[in-house]
Amino acid sequence: MMDDNNKPKEKDAVSGIETTGHEWDGLKELNNPAPRWWLWIFVLTVIWSAWYWVVYPAWPTLAGWTAGKYGWTQHQELKSSQEEITTLKGKLLERVRTASLEEVRHDPELYEFARAGGAASFKENCAACHGTGAEGRKGYPNLNDDDWLWGGSLEQVYKTIRVGVRSGHPDEHNTQMPSFGRDGVLKPGEMDEVAEYAAHLHEGGTAPQTEASPRGKEIFAANCSACHGKNGEGNPDMGAARLNDEIWLYGGGKEDIYSSVANAHAGVMPTWEGRLPDDTIKELAVYVHSLGGGK
Amino acid sequence: MSNDSDIVYFSKQEKIYPRSVKGRYRTLRWLAMAALLGIYYAVPWLRWDRGPHVPDQAVLIDMPSRRAYFFNIEIWPQEVYLLAGLLVLAAIGLFFVTSLFGRVWCGYACPQTVWTDLFIAVERFLQGDRNTQMRRDKGPWTFEKVWKKTATHIVWIIIALCTGGAWVFYFNDAPTLFDQIRHFDVSPVAGGWILGLTASTYFMAGFAREQVCTYACPYARFQSAMFDPDTLIISYDRERGEPRGKHKLGQSWEGRGHCIDCTQCVIVCPAGIDIREGLQMECIACGLCVDACNDVMDRMTLPRGLIRYDTENNYQARKEGRPVEKPLRLLRPRTIYYTLILTVVGAVTLYALVTRTKVELHALHDRNPLYVKLSDGSIRNAYTVKILNKTHQDRSFSLSVGGMAVRETKIVSSGDIDPRNIGVLADSVGQFRVMLTADRQDSPRKEIEITATENNGALSAGSGTVFMSGEEK
Repeated sequence: MMDDNNKPKEKDAVSGIETTGHEWDGLKELNNPAPRWWLWIFVLTVIWSAWYWVVYPAWPTLAGWTAGKYGWTQHQELKSSQEEITTLKGKLLERVRTASLEEVRHDPELYEFARAGGAASFKENCAACHGTGAEGRKGYPNLNDDDWLWGGSLEQVYKTIRVGVRSGHPDEHNTQMPSFGRDGVLKPGEMDEVAEYAAHLHEGGTAPQTEASPRGKEIFAANCSACHGKNGEGNPDMGAARLNDEIWLYGGGKEDIYSSVANAHAGVMPTWEGRLPDDTIKELAVYVHSLGGGK
Repeated sequence: MSNDSDIVYFSKQEKIYPRSVKGRYRTLRWLAMAALLGIYYAVPWLRWDRGPHVPDQAVLIDMPSRRAYFFNIEIWPQEVYLLAGLLVLAAIGLFFVTSLFGRVWCGYACPQTVWTDLFIAVERFLQGDRNTQMRRDKGPWTFEKVWKKTATHIVWIIIALCTGGAWVFYFNDAPTLFDQIRHFDVSPVAGGWILGLTASTYFMAGFAREQVCTYACPYARFQSAMFDPDTLIISYDRERGEPRGKHKLGQSWEGRGHCIDCTQCVIVCPAGIDIREGLQMECIACGLCVDACNDVMDRMTLPRGLIRYDTENNYQARKEGRPVEKPLRLLRPRTIYYTLILTVVGAVTLYALVTRTKVELHALHDRNPLYVKLSDGSIRNAYTVKILNKTHQDRSFSLSVGGMAVRETKIVSSGDIDPRNIGVLADSVGQFRVMLTADRQDSPRKEIEITATENNGALSAGSGTVFMSGEEK
């Protein structure tokens, strides 16, 4: 059977074409020669690949790979195109660096540039806590809304990013709310009353219109209003949260508020001064401010 | 033990020297060539006034500005679906024509055919007809051979250069680019395309020729799938022609076929086949063998049409003595459904073309966060709104929202943009970040409509979108 591939050639009756003598299970192969140039193209592609091995990195070796004649790498390619972008950005970045925040805000070109740059930096540095859309979550403020612990003006946002909260920065933001429960300032019954009062505070918008807990109101006036304001309107200068609105960082239900009163929360945000260049912090401020909550 | 050694797997391609021929189909090919090349070279030079700041070239694909112009039609990248419609029409059109008339595209209109035909004509003009060329090619390299060959290649390259150059004119302002070319001051991109297309034209029409149709072209293959017994193909009338044989003047035609085996049909064939062996995949249906054979039949004072465009059904009918259908059988399932598809796709494309608006608005709802609750309990949604101003004038629009009472419409931007006075520059897209604030809606997902209406004008465009005020359950 060794010669199944080697039968004598014959002329095929239907097509009049000679067979190659190859036969597989009774199927015979007609010999229609392919054009010679086809073969040459194949040879050319082989030569091309050999050239490719010489010019580009190609073969793995025990210690790495053959580098190719010109040392081309994708890393290098990436680096040079990034440099190209940096050069392109350089001029605008320089302007962001030297301009004041208000100047950036009022220059359409700089503003859009800073906003785009800020959006990219936000995803890299801030999204881990605040979310990719700056939507926040329990304990991490939503930056899209109009409620700001430390103020929502461009300058205030910039400062907050720069110094952080309880970050160790000399100018850090810090708050002093006592743990009313743990430290024994208020009794559980009193905390319950004040939580009841605060839970209904937001319904009235800017002014409290509830008499849900007259006793709670008294406790509030004595213990909370110094920082949170007479009507719970908050104070961004000292990071005291506004309580007469719909936005609650740690939850607005009575249980949540009780917990906040009893234990006090102390959120932390790192300082970005020194970690990010000042122009990036400016860009971040512009971006965060543009999310809609900016004042 | 092997006898493989004498099998040839790859064969050298013999150069085809088609003899010149005169006749009806040759004339038709000349006319088609003149018309097609005329269109190809002349169209970029046609002007069409569209007003200031807009190109005045009638047919132009402006890549850097992302615009395509075709006389009074202007296409934006958003409207490339029209191109898809056009391509579907072209494809089905090809199927339709092929099912009726066979591979006429291959024989008369395909660029590979047209330019090859032109190059062969040049070759023949400078080097003489088939026999002269063959004799000279076999002979030694005389001075005459060298200069005639050189001249041929020079003319080919000039034609190729014009071809490559003309192509680039469709993508640039033709007079400007021509001026740049004249001063050898073209961009590397334009220059690269010109040189690349010059090389490909020179190579394809000068050397590759019928090899492209036989080995490379997919259309040549799948067109055979559109054939049926009523499709016009080039057919040799075997019944009438056989048995073939040489014929002496005055000899009787009794008991023999009309084919005198003069091989004129083979000699003139640009694909290098013998049509008397029947329909072959190499045949591009150019009809030159028909012309050649008719000429011979005239001289023999025999009726024309031993080789002719005919259908398989007609051939069978003649063979069996049945009446022959004339003219062509046009109404067949194949042609009917091709016509239907053509009509439907054509109508849809045309509808899309004429109902295009001068202004478009696209509203993209923010995905994260879907909605924002504000201090006073109201809800805000953010959108990226794009207003396409396809007119050639700057325009101002007023934004309005339908389907819901809106408390505040705000556009985030460097300066303050008044939602009642949004400027969009001529021929461009304005992109705006729009924030809508409203009371919490009864449904977490409210269908709304954002509309831009032109101030001091009649144009307007809108887009449906949603206002979210809670998580959807």
